[in-house]
Amino acid sequence: MADGKRIDEATGTSTVGHEWDGIEELDTPMPRWWLYTLYATIVFAIAYCVAYPAWPLVDRATHGVLNWTSRSAHAEEMRTEGARRAPTIAALARIPIERLPEDSKLLDTAVAGGASAFKVHCVQCHGSGAQGFKGYPNLNDDDWLWGGDLKAIEQTLRNGIRQPGNEETRTSMMPAFGRDQILTPAQIEEVVSHVLTLSGREKPSAASRRGAAQFATNCAACHGAGGEGNRTLGAPKLTDAIWLYGGDRESIRQTIHNSRNGVMPAWGSRLDPVTIKMLSAYVHSLGGGEDFVPPAPKPSTAAPSAEAAATAARTKNGKP
Amino acid sequence: MASPDDLTGPKIKLFEAREKIFPKAISGNYRRLKWAIMAITLAIYYVTPWLRWDRGPYAPDQAVLVDIANRRFFMFAIEIWPHEFYYVAGLLIMAGIGLFLVTSSVGRAWCGYACPQTVWTDLFLHVERLIDGDRNAQIRLQRAPWTAGKVAKRVTKHGIWLLIAVATGGAWIFYFADAPTLARQLFAGDAPFVAYATVAILTATTYVLGGLMREQFCIYACPWPRIQGAMLDEKSLIVTYKYWRGEPRTHGTKRAGEAARRPETDHGGDPQPGVPSLEPIDVAAQMTARIGDCIDCNACVSVCPTGIDIREGSQIGCITCGLCIDACDEIMDKIGRPPRLIGYSTVADEFAAAEGRPTESVARRLFRPRTIVYFLIWGSIGLAMLFALGTRQRLDLSVSQNRNPVYVRLSDGSVRNAFELKVRNMQSRPREVEVSVSGVPGAVIWSANGSRANGASTLRMNLPADQVAKTRLFLAAPEAGPARSELTFSVRALDAEGGQASQTSFFERPEAGQ
Repeated sequence: MADGKRIDEATGTSTVGHEWDGIEELDTPMPRWWLYTLYATIVFAIAYCVAYPAWPLVDRATHGVLNWTSRSAHAEEMRTEGARRAPTIAALARIPIERLPEDSKLLDTAVAGGASAFKVHCVQCHGSGAQGFKGYPNLNDDDWLWGGDLKAIEQTLRNGIRQPGNEETRTSMMPAFGRDQILTPAQIEEVVSHVLTLSGREKPSAASRRGAAQFATNCAACHGAGGEGNRTLGAPKLTDAIWLYGGDRESIRQTIHNSRNGVMPAWGSRLDPVTIKMLSAYVHSLGGGEDFVPPAPKPSTAAPSAEAAATAARTKNGKP
Repeated sequence: MASPDDLTGPKIKLFEAREKIFPKAISGNYRRLKWAIMAITLAIYYVTPWLRWDRGPYAPDQAVLVDIANRRFFMFAIEIWPHEFYYVAGLLIMAGIGLFLVTSSVGRAWCGYACPQTVWTDLFLHVERLIDGDRNAQIRLQRAPWTAGKVAKRVTKHGIWLLIAVATGGAWIFYFADAPTLARQLFAGDAPFVAYATVAILTATTYVLGGLMREQFCIYACPWPRIQGAMLDEKSLIVTYKYWRGEPRTHGTKRAGEAARRPETDHGGDPQPGVPSLEPIDVAAQMTARIGDCIDCNACVSVCPTGIDIREGSQIGCITCGLCIDACDEIMDKIGRPPRLIGYSTVADEFAAAEGRPTESVARRLFRPRTIVYFLIWGSIGLAMLFALGTRQRLDLSVSQNRNPVYVRLSDGSVRNAFELKVRNMQSRPREVEVSVSGVPGAVIWSANGSRANGASTLRMNLPADQVAKTRLFLAAPEAGPARSELTFSVRALDAEGGQASQTSFFERPEAGQ
């Protein structure tokens, strides 16, 4: 019906040539500005295809003359952020961990950074609130197996616990008294009774008195004569209310029978020293952190951290 | 074939072209009032940011400062924190009700005298008259060809307008930063970008609204004339043409006698050529009996800044600035007629006056239920805010319990909870406070940088001036007790001024047997 085109008298505009029940459509031209906008978008689209990755090919897309990629953009942003953080990282790398509390701003930064790193590396065992689980210590409390000052925590983090091949790792070995038949089941039962009296969970009895003798022979070397523990060996204090593997009779019986030797990775081989410092600061900030007490004699090369831990342990035991 | 125009008739226009207005200069009481109000309002606007107010070493010394970066609002002795923004909301409500109050008592006085659009337009009009001359000269210049002189005048006028606009935009930003510092930065070129952008935007709006749009803004854009149209009633003060005095108009005094000889005159229209009456005429009597005071000189129209004819009655374009009153009084004086043919009056009064009844006294018009109710609402909000301001606490604390973990068992068997403690010191000086806790027997508290060994039942804190002090607070208590017990944290200022605040939270322990 193209021949139906005619000029509409009222408007002077051509019709498109269709007609339905007497209704026709005017072929009104588009507004100029609209048309120019359309042309502008076409020009933009072409320019975009030339400048940016646009056309998908078999195993990649066209590169575009600007060579822009989302990965390089991300890398660039990371570089910028890295440059922004560099002075703080450098300051953290420079400062000895035990002197971190002197710079409260740097300490706050370290704690914040440690909180982030903790969420990535530590929560799997210690929990998102560092509250721990059976066998995985609660880092909020004031009980430390290997020492709770900044330097001791950093040492533990860097070298891990019972990591073969690491010279400085925290290590000790509790014998499996039952499994290796060092003690008979009846003797173990008596030692359990004695251990339960140490923290006041049970009243002294004839059995516990017999157990005390066994304790003095087999356990006191590491746990101390009164069960006060020894941080150099990671031997837990048996007189307090915190039981990593449970403080009921059955749990303690199992512990003595099979022994417990928990492990932790040596993060020094996986994380950079600054991240470890930040993690130490964070763990220390959770509420149980202890003050660093410098060892009394001149710093020796032997094992200052162990000494520090021992000192801290002494200080702590001396507390009311 | 008929042309398209024959079918559709005259072209329908989507908008009406503006008829440019050339308001004539006038002097008189209302003009003087307008000058005075313009001077006061402009002075307030330009001077306020430069006023100083000593608040001591820890707070800015600018009397009025909206410190967006630090989220503080200073107004003389009052400092408002973000959580106290309801004071600003209260002020806005008061401003709204204040407009109602003003409208019901003195009509659109805001529009006519104090509205920034009116004040700046008035200023721009004055500049225009200084450069181009008065109304007639302006009209002549508008029609004149583009000679060098006309170009020079136009350039000068728009130049001065732009200068005023820049000064307007420039003054605005001083409310948001320390004025002397920002002024130096502004001229040195190292002020923040947002300052320059704000100046640019406000320069553009001032120039466009005051110089180009003028009355069109009031008539087409501003919602206030519409709201006021709904708020005005027959007892509201408006600028009124006293039709009962003015009508029938005569077109100039010369025609008065001619008109007087005619028995009938169209109401308000031009005198129709008619047949002279055969009755003997007492011209003098006819003059007073039949001829209105309005001589149709159009003085009221030519001075009107919105270009309306007040004799058509109250209308949306009338901002009740009173300039037509000044213009008409001048004419009435010249032709020996009493003044106030146009004047401030109410519709009710005009009806009464037309019928010869007594009009209401000013006092009765002002003190009617509507104005009294508005005033009471407005006043009680103001009093309530003043009371709140006078008694508000400048010390506050908020405590939230750390939920991960909820509690920690310590080696001596006691239980520790952690809280995030925030203490707001809203005074502009450092203060020492004591935080205490009640509700948990044997509780010991210490902050994140303290230790349990030196923990006590209270905790002293040194609060920095005008800031929120945050710390993690540890609380340890004996194991024995309910699994969940309510406790109250209180903060008490230790200085002479005193003051305290408290908030409840919870202390949680392991369930018995765990």
